[in-house]
Amino acid sequence: MTVVLNQLFTGISIGAVLLLIALGLSLTFGQMGVINMAHGEFIMAGAYTVYVLQQVITGAGWSLLIALPVAFAIAGLMGVLLEFLLIRRLYARPLDTLLVTWGVALILQQVARDVFGAPNVQTRAPEFLTGSVTLFGDLVISSSRLFILALSLVAVAALTVVLKTTSLGRRIRAVVQNRDLAAVSGLATGRVDRLTFFIGSGLAGIAGVALTLIGPIGPTMGTNIIVNAFLVVVVGGIGQLKGTVIVAFVLGILQSMVEYTTTVSVASVIVFVAIVAFLQWRPQGLFTLRTRSLA
Amino acid sequence: MFRIDGRRTAAILASIATFAALTACGAKTTDDAAPAAGAAIDTAGDTVKVGLLNSLSGTMAISEVTVRDSLQLAIEEINAAGGVLGKKIQAVSEDGASDWPTFAEKSQKLISEDKVAAVFGCWTSASRKAVKPVFEKNKSLLFYPVQYEGLEQSPYIFYTGATTNQQIVPGLDYLKAQGKTSVYLVGSDYVFPRTANKIIKAYAEANGMKVLGEDYAPLGSTEFSTIVNKVKASGASAVFNTLNGDSNVAFFKEYKSAGLTAEGMPVVSVSIAEEEVKSIGTQYLAGQLTAWNYYQTTEGAANEKFVAAYKKKYGADKPTSDPMEAAYVSVYLWKAMVEKAGSFDVEKVKGAADGITFDAPEGKVTVDGATQHISKTARIGKIGDDGLIKEVWNSGQPIKPDPYLKGYSWAGGLA
Amino acid sequence: MTYLKKPLVGFGIAAVLLFVVAPVALGDFRLNLLAKYLCFAIIAVGIGLAWGRGGMLTLGQGVFFGLGGYAMAMHLKLADAGPGSMPDFMMLYGQLDELPWWWKPFANPIFALAATILLPMFVALLLGLLIFRRRVRGAYFAILSQALCAAFAILLIGQQGTTGGTNGLTDIQGFFGYDLNDPVNRRMIYFIIAGSLLAVLALTWQLNRSRYGELLVAVRDGEERVRFLGYDPANVKLVAYVAAAGMAGLAGALFVPAVGIISPAMIGVVPSIEFVIGVAVGGRASLVGPALGAIAVAWAKTALSEKVPSAWTYFEGLLFILPIVFLPGGLASLAGMIRRRRAVVVDNPPAPVEKTPVEVTT
Repeated sequence: MTVVLNQLFTGISIGAVLLLIALGLSLTFGQMGVINMAHGEFIMAGAYTVYVLQQVITGAGWSLLIALPVAFAIAGLMGVLLEFLLIRRLYARPLDTLLVTWGVALILQQVARDVFGAPNVQTRAPEFLTGSVTLFGDLVISSSRLFILALSLVAVAALTVVLKTTSLGRRIRAVVQNRDLAAVSGLATGRVDRLTFFIGSGLAGIAGVALTLIGPIGPTMGTNIIVNAFLVVVVGGIGQLKGTVIVAFVLGILQSMVEYTTTVSVASVIVFVAIVAFLQWRPQGLFTLRTRSLA
Repeated sequence: MFRIDGRRTAAILASIATFAALTACGAKTTDDAAPAAGAAIDTAGDTVKVGLLNSLSGTMAISEVTVRDSLQLAIEEINAAGGVLGKKIQAVSEDGASDWPTFAEKSQKLISEDKVAAVFGCWTSASRKAVKPVFEKNKSLLFYPVQYEGLEQSPYIFYTGATTNQQIVPGLDYLKAQGKTSVYLVGSDYVFPRTANKIIKAYAEANGMKVLGEDYAPLGSTEFSTIVNKVKASGASAVFNTLNGDSNVAFFKEYKSAGLTAEGMPVVSVSIAEEEVKSIGTQYLAGQLTAWNYYQTTEGAANEKFVAAYKKKYGADKPTSDPMEAAYVSVYLWKAMVEKAGSFDVEKVKGAADGITFDAPEGKVTVDGATQHISKTARIGKIGDDGLIKEVWNSGQPIKPDPYLKGYSWAGGLA
Repeated sequence: MTYLKKPLVGFGIAAVLLFVVAPVALGDFRLNLLAKYLCFAIIAVGIGLAWGRGGMLTLGQGVFFGLGGYAMAMHLKLADAGPGSMPDFMMLYGQLDELPWWWKPFANPIFALAATILLPMFVALLLGLLIFRRRVRGAYFAILSQALCAAFAILLIGQQGTTGGTNGLTDIQGFFGYDLNDPVNRRMIYFIIAGSLLAVLALTWQLNRSRYGELLVAVRDGEERVRFLGYDPANVKLVAYVAAAGMAGLAGALFVPAVGIISPAMIGVVPSIEFVIGVAVGGRASLVGPALGAIAVAWAKTALSEKVPSAWTYFEGLLFILPIVFLPGGLASLAGMIRRRRAVVVDNPPAPVEKTPVEVTT
């Protein structure tokens, strides 16, 4: 029983990581339709932010805390720059953005390699995030995972609040639903696009900070996770935060349960097969939007 | 449904076929062709070319760049001391780009275009397997500087890293001597870990140790929570870790988070050297064990000189590690072979190889002409809080290489 | 018959370049490299068909390339080992007593040759039926293809005893009785590859000119309209997708004797996306653009990485960005623009425009 509970929590924590890296995408890809392959490199930028800050600030806890807003801003600005320079020209060609941003990703990786060196860099985690918490009996939960779970839930809540209640959120939704109508109604759609991109990319920066607690920080860290993150958004359904949230946790639990009984390789393949099968059943993802368009 | 006019296509296809047949008819099967002569080596002028083949881009750049640096240091030193047979070494640098077919392409280029006397490099077993036929076909030399899974003995490769009986077997002997009765095996999903674990299982069976589980993660995988859960649930007395690169970082972070410690369940790693310690962090690694043939802290004048020269050239914060040392040694061994042979000719160099010794940073090494491996001292080290690895045990004397483990009765069914 | 003349002249020039000029001008090593580039060109022609003409960005060509390559390599490994014995790596890593059942048919050369093309086509057919019937397209399709690559590569790596794992299948000595170590035979391989490329180009040219070709472009530009006209767009796309898969399989099969190795490194997400750059640079919707683009990019990679390794990554990144943003039709459209300026009849199709309306709830 503890094994099942343990794996259940492991699954939830894998899901939380997936959610955190996919959350920014659900905004840029899900809401705007931009396939940003450089999202993984924005995550990398967030992780390197922790590394750089720790050269200056010695306290591991403080540097991590300060890194959260700083990484959000840095990754967000990178996103704005990318949107302004390239993506803006490609809104009519979503597939081309995939290739263009892949090119951007390659360049960012090489920049990281030239600036920080090819080997991974080291960050320190605050002591209270390297241990574990015993809930009851043998159910032991690592505190870094608990922190990431909390962080991802806070991020989802904050994003929901922004989208649903603020005027910025209303403007984002207006532009996404009907760009032309929003423009003739007097919205500066270009500015709204850039703001949306800022938030989406900034979330990648936060994910990067969180990943320093559990994984390597190096030039190729982004490529390893980007495809999984996109799968989460695709299966969750476009334009739906709740789809992304549910699918991240379901895939995480599925992965951990299958992995425990088989191997990592088999688990990855099974998860893929499950996704294709699922899309047979619901080709538009978990939550379908009713529209009158012919899409 | 779709109308396709076949006539024009047929006409074009026919003409292509004729053309191809006409141009290709010179080729005949050449099963009985005379064997090609050894690779041509360009020794005109006062330089001799050697090839350096490492991944400078892609996922393997993490490790291979340091080997490249170390090779260049050795070449620089040799040139400063007058070169080889009166000729300065000119290094031709190629990027394997972490892609095996590229390694094959580049090695062919080094041999047939640059006409190098020898090539130094490769890291992964996959890249070595990809270039092996190229070197054998062209009868050219490769010096391979990384510990590997054994079970190989190419006549055109010199292996200066450890084979299994110089690293893995001593590591197991050490665990056994420490009274560890069960192990859990964790590795990346590729040739070295799978082969190494096969050897470990054979050893364990013969020595009354229990293997409580075996798990492989895809190369580059960074999600280890489930594997660590399995390790923890198994209650093994030690873990034998053959993970590679990035995965180690995630594994050790998870290992500590799960409350597992070096005291309770030590991890013996065979792919974590000083450079990796630096990137994972002593916070997670302190107290864990490694099995190698060389550490930066290894005592001896030769090592002091090597470490000082390396830090002077590349920076005081750059550590030296086992593969770097093996790469450094490989250049000097080649030099010694060439000088003993009095020629750069590949066959003569090979002929001169047996018994060549070198006072390496790790201690005295001797080339074994029969296997083209070198004898090495095995060392078990403990990772300290300062990021350096301290030796806790060594084999006392260099161990003779035995790539097929012929001298071990329990390894009968392996090769 | 005048409409036939121009393409025939083009094929003639290409044939002379590939069969006469290149073998005379290049040494053994460079000719062998060119053979490898031509394999990439064959994949590129397929991608040009599926993506440029059909609007399907196939980021999963690595899988089909790999299927073709492995099918060929499995036969050649078995032939090298000789009848009744097993490939070297199986004894080393797998410790198998017997050949796995799914290796056995590949001992037959005819089965293996057919499988190099038909196996990828069959897999593409299966996947295509699943995906296109459910109207999964655009970004969804691209991302699913990528995930397929990742899953396939992991699967191959995990079965080291029977697939060679990360190493792949290496050390291939012979090609249907011909010794691959002999330079004369390596030239023969080059000629076979060059001939295959011309054949693939001819077939694609024919396909593009047929009514099917027009239908495919129509589906790309307005899938719903084609549906309302009474065609099934899923079938139209399926044909292009399956054809592209067959070409990738053929390229994989030819890559094996040319390079002597096939490994999962050629299958994953990264190589699959790299196959696409040449197509984008050359001009996705044109016939020869993708092929020339693929050759040029592969050549640039070799040349540049020999000189300054880290510069290649930057250059590759820029290759993804600049042509696609500023010259969506690729270099081929540049030729078209010049021709238009000269006021000659233009038959160059405009750069494709994909439209995926994005809808969001309130």
